[in-house]
Amino acid sequence: MNFRYAKTVLLGTIALGFLASLFASRINPYWLFIFYDIGISIVMAVSLNLINGYTGQFSLGHAGFMAVGAYTSAVITNQFGELNVFAANAIFAVALLAGGLAAALAGLLVGIPTLRLRGDYLAIVTLGFGEIIRVILQNLDRVGAARGLSVVHGWTNLFWTFGLGAVTVYVVASLVNSTYGRGFIAVHDDEVAAGAMGINPTKYKVTAFVVGAFFAGIAGGLYAHAKQFLTPGGFGFMQSITFVVMVILGGMGNTVGVILAAILLTLLPEGLRMLAGIDHLPGLAAERPLGWIGDTRMIIYSLLLIGLMLTRPQGLFAFRQQRK
Amino acid sequence: MPSLLQLDQATIRFGGLTAVAELDLQVGRNELVGLIGPNGAGKTTAFNLITGVYQPTSGKIYFDGRSIAGSPPYRITARGIARTFQNIRLFPSLTVFDNVRAVFHLHLRGDVRHALWRGQGFHAEEKSISDRVMELLELFQLGKFRNEPAKSLSYGDQRRLEIVRALAAKPKLLLLDEPAAGMNATEKVELTRLIQFIKDQFQISILLVEHDMKVVMGICERIVVLDYGVKIAEGKPDEVRANPKVIAAYLGE
Repeated sequence: MNFRYAKTVLLGTIALGFLASLFASRINPYWLFIFYDIGISIVMAVSLNLINGYTGQFSLGHAGFMAVGAYTSAVITNQFGELNVFAANAIFAVALLAGGLAAALAGLLVGIPTLRLRGDYLAIVTLGFGEIIRVILQNLDRVGAARGLSVVHGWTNLFWTFGLGAVTVYVVASLVNSTYGRGFIAVHDDEVAAGAMGINPTKYKVTAFVVGAFFAGIAGGLYAHAKQFLTPGGFGFMQSITFVVMVILGGMGNTVGVILAAILLTLLPEGLRMLAGIDHLPGLAAERPLGWIGDTRMIIYSLLLIGLMLTRPQGLFAFRQQRK
Repeated sequence: MPSLLQLDQATIRFGGLTAVAELDLQVGRNELVGLIGPNGAGKTTAFNLITGVYQPTSGKIYFDGRSIAGSPPYRITARGIARTFQNIRLFPSLTVFDNVRAVFHLHLRGDVRHALWRGQGFHAEEKSISDRVMELLELFQLGKFRNEPAKSLSYGDQRRLEIVRALAAKPKLLLLDEPAAGMNATEKVELTRLIQFIKDQFQISILLVEHDMKVVMGICERIVVLDYGVKIAEGKPDEVRANPKVIAAYLGE
């Protein structure tokens, strides 16, 4: 498959995101923020899928790259006051790009010394990296340390989230679905054989890390300007795990599945929260009959994950048996 | 004319063990050389030296007139040495087609930007790669499996696919590591024919590691015998077969 119309689809999605952003004022802000979350999760999960799914490296530090992008872009945009819409979007674009590049640089720095490690060892090193980022931010007074950093501008909108989501999907899918990109999967399958077939495993692994980190940084920028408040604790180990779960649930190395998993796992906790918040059900006397869901929300969420993994270990959305 | 591959006193030690000692080995252009020896003689280690998986402790390795000792495997493959593995190492989750296609990145004119931009040039190049992959697969009767995952092929077909994948690198020298391992008598006869066919069709040199005497004696022009990492004999199949040292190494004295 070479996806002849990939570019048309990409431009179409960006245009659609732009149209949707024009009508954003009519959307309930609660839903609007959930849409932002979905877009950000898609960028995170699809970029992590390049590292963990296609290239077969086990990175547990994706939230660390996200933090680098979030803080970098926030520090840049905080320099500016109120701007007209064009200037604001131009500055935002530059800030997002800078966040992505800073994260990509971090990816390169982690990548080069650590990519000789495999499997569990690599997982531990990336985990350590994520924690280092968090601890540095926690002690960096310049960005508010543990108190957190206020982001002045809420510039994230539907155009940026879905446009950049589409760009991420396009870049990852284009990379992988090419003769060049079969190298990622070859490295995943058998590094020694890949080397013997003229594929440079180190180069492919570093590329996966740098591209993955770049998009994680961009997602961080979107996150910063959606939430407008950053704390180092928001980019901890658990956050990385959430994205890993999306990749595994979607089926490693299956972009469509990972997108669906990112949507599902973002909606699921919200859906449970909503169920819990229902005040009255006809025929039931209690005031909040489903209130118990609120208290046990995260337990239900965890049980659902365990159930899904037991019943569909190949990934919830892996319909084709093409990859393992 | 200098030989295509030349090992000069190539030695590798693992701690106190000398796996290959001062090996001199030449492979000429379009020559088929057999490398034999009892279990643990260092045949596969010699292969790993040539392909860059191991670095020689001392000695020199030249390919096509240039030293390749110390180069990483992927660079040696790009220079023109491709190999198969004793225990098959295909890319199991890729299809038969993609296993071969992955190797074609060696011959790509464009790079990553090509794949990202997806312009006319990209599609034209992918089309031409696809044609060449299919041509290779058809030549070895694997075309009908193009969309099957490589791991679902039968053992014999997997062996053949591994050879096709190595040929996709357009090597000047093909290294076959025990291609007859696990094959029955009929399959071995077929394999012998296949190796002869590859040598004639692609006009390349082949270095063959093999246990099976029938296969080796039948097709090799020259045979090198290793025992405990040392070359104990070299010559035409008949000479080697009659060599008392070789008989002693295989059968004991």
